[in-house]
Amino acid sequence: MAELVQEHGAQHGSTGISNIKLGMWLFLGSECLLFGGLISTYMLYRGRVGEGPTPMQVFDIPFTSVSSFVLLMSSLTMVLAVSAAAKADDRSTVLWLTVTALLGATFVGGQVYEFTAFYNEGLGFSTSLFASSFYVLTGFHGVHVTVGIIMLFALVAMVRRNRIPGSKSETVEMIGLYWHFVDIVWIVIFTLIYLIPV
Amino acid sequence: MAIIERPSAPATVPAIPSASLGALKRPVTTQHGWRSWLFTVDHKKLGIMYGATALFFFVVGGLEAVLIRLQLALPDGRVLNADLYNQMFTMHATTMVFLFVMPMVSAFANYFIPLQVGARDVAFPRINAFGFWAFLFGGIFLNLAWFLGGAADGGWFMYAPNSGPVFSPSHGVDFWALGLQITGIASLTGAVNLIVTVLNMRAPGMSLMKMPVFTWMATVVQFLLLFAMPVITVALFLLMFQRNFGATFFDVAAGADPLLWQHLFWIFGHPEVYILILPSFGIISEVLPVFSRKPLFGYPFVVFSGAAIGFVGWGVWAHHMFASGLGPVSVAVFSVATMAIAVPTGVKVVNWTMTLWGGKLQFTVAMKFAIALIVLFTVGGLSGVTHAVAPSDTQQTDTYYIVAHFHYVLFGGAIFGIFSGMYYWWPKMFGKLLSERIGNWNFWLMAIGMNLTFGPMHILGLQGQPRRMYIWTEARAGEGFFNLAFWNLVASIGSIILAVGVLFFFINVLVTARRGAQAPLDPWDARSLEWMTSNPPKEHNFDSIPTVGHLDEFFHRKYAEDHQSGEIRKVQGAEEILAEMERNKDAHIHMPSPSYWPIVLALGLPVIAFGLIYSIPVAIVGGLIVVLGCFGWAIEPSTARDEDVDPPAAPSTEVVRHG
Repeated sequence: MAELVQEHGAQHGSTGISNIKLGMWLFLGSECLLFGGLISTYMLYRGRVGEGPTPMQVFDIPFTSVSSFVLLMSSLTMVLAVSAAAKADDRSTVLWLTVTALLGATFVGGQVYEFTAFYNEGLGFSTSLFASSFYVLTGFHGVHVTVGIIMLFALVAMVRRNRIPGSKSETVEMIGLYWHFVDIVWIVIFTLIYLIPV
Repeated sequence: MAIIERPSAPATVPAIPSASLGALKRPVTTQHGWRSWLFTVDHKKLGIMYGATALFFFVVGGLEAVLIRLQLALPDGRVLNADLYNQMFTMHATTMVFLFVMPMVSAFANYFIPLQVGARDVAFPRINAFGFWAFLFGGIFLNLAWFLGGAADGGWFMYAPNSGPVFSPSHGVDFWALGLQITGIASLTGAVNLIVTVLNMRAPGMSLMKMPVFTWMATVVQFLLLFAMPVITVALFLLMFQRNFGATFFDVAAGADPLLWQHLFWIFGHPEVYILILPSFGIISEVLPVFSRKPLFGYPFVVFSGAAIGFVGWGVWAHHMFASGLGPVSVAVFSVATMAIAVPTGVKVVNWTMTLWGGKLQFTVAMKFAIALIVLFTVGGLSGVTHAVAPSDTQQTDTYYIVAHFHYVLFGGAIFGIFSGMYYWWPKMFGKLLSERIGNWNFWLMAIGMNLTFGPMHILGLQGQPRRMYIWTEARAGEGFFNLAFWNLVASIGSIILAVGVLFFFINVLVTARRGAQAPLDPWDARSLEWMTSNPPKEHNFDSIPTVGHLDEFFHRKYAEDHQSGEIRKVQGAEEILAEMERNKDAHIHMPSPSYWPIVLALGLPVIAFGLIYSIPVAIVGGLIVVLGCFGWAIEPSTARDEDVDPPAAPSTEVVRHG
């Protein structure tokens, strides 16, 4: 079976890391540059408010802090899911994956609320360079969280129906890597956008 | 979801999910005809498809170039009007860079990396197939703009304000931005896939420093792609939001900074030039030793200088922007870094020359292209160093001198390397040797045509002829040696010769396909692992996975040193080695089954892009196709079941299909 071991996902190759996990690490490396570009754009333009509202006029820092806390807690539940998957405990895996997805959905819901509130306060997408770069950066992050939620629910369905061949914990761990990455990016974005005054 | 490649279970754990869910049946490879190509996940077939598509776009880009030269051949040219001329040079560059050289590199990398590292396929075969289809659909999408109101016309680096609606009112730039976004997705997935393949799936005994140089260089390129593509992705998204959704990221009147685009573009764009050239460096590092009958001189230096180029390549982007007023400190820093990157490149040139030195040279067409690369790339490299000197660069910016420079490195470098690889590997891919006689016409006409076309551009540029001007007049052409009329005509005649040279390649392919004889197993007495299999290779590449003990493993199996006389003698041929591998062949070889989903998923992308330009509901339909594709992909059975076989498989298949 040596060839099989070399050719497919869950087994460990020359690096000692499985193909799917190594692939995810590489993809996340690439994502760093994506967010790097978006964050640079925001940092360049955050002071250029034109006629529109300034960041400090629209930001509701306590609200965003709470939703950030919710997102960070989802990383904790993700760890619990990975740990349950490693113990082949399908019931706990499904439970924690679902909780993680719901916490993520809460965060996205908070973002939708926040965008709506900002819009009502006069910060449209094309109001100013600050507005455009803010919406693009946080919007891209929101899309990443949403994709993560879809992946988590898909994973729940697959675990429940026993549709993941090979090592289940490996797949759960790989999605976990993505989820933690998205959380870490949010810490950077939250600090740069909300906490550092312009 | 695309990142999940379903792992297949070891034989002890039965793979459960093969219940035939209607459309979710997985096809089997015993299919013939078009379906065996459309749904394939075989890295070799995908490599050939990449190559064929890339060559098609090479012809498209070449015809665009010939039209440009016809327009400029004589004063007051009437072949193209100004608007069409702008579209022509923009699409010429875009096509050659993104739709010819990059996918051609993908073709070689896809085909030969698994063979050179002794693997049976890439790490994620379905993602590999998705990458090809995304590239194909992205390329078609880019060119559709020609028929829908005009192609992109802002130059290939699409500076603001040329990219804005005022100067580019057609949808050309929208097609350009979204099309490149799609081909970018293809490059990114390809990069992840090939890096994992190289890092995780090498044959036993093949340490990193025993890998063939082509694999090394192609791997460095995949890392460059991995980190460069997201940057252009950001830039293209910002451009899209500006053009389609009212943002003002690059609109100076709204207080934006035009340098933002330039930085984002060139942070991608400079690594991109190494993405284009490094694989060709790898190819000739395979070709030169074989036809010099010598090992590559200083293998570690070639490898590390390639990696060094990969690193330093990230620190030189602003030399494209010396004329934009960056300030003296930035200019000085990037100037020095640019000079520094000439050093590892120079190291390679020395290594190749030393490989030739004292060798028993065989001047095959592949070898001629490789040697021409060394010469022409050195010429282009030297004019490149003159750009590192900022004051001199300020003089040369946006003149034909720049055009001359990058055509020497990209045509004389990247494309000559690709042609060298074509002649060298053709028998491996198709089992037939390309004709050397027609190949010589191909080579000499291309070499002469290329120098006649791009050589005079140095003179034109230093005399101040700006790039991208669509017309010139006799009255201002100057006199004597520097007469612009004369050199423009020479360049245009050169481009025709060049085109005829390329035509000979296609004639060669046709003649070889019709009348070429079966190539011997080891036609060049080659050195690396990809030759340790039949021509063309079997679907599973190797009957038994070789254990590697040396760099140039194949050579070391064929030749041994006589201890008494110290002579190197041939002890066995490729036939014996292959026969031995067949005797020890692996009992059960599991190859991935084909899949319907990569092409479905890829098809959703241009639909989304269409929708973003014309109507949002169409984009939603595209999004649904993508989501459907992802789920179909994720839950499709890991293997084709016997009852899924359509048409019924031959009763005894030697190779077991398995997810």
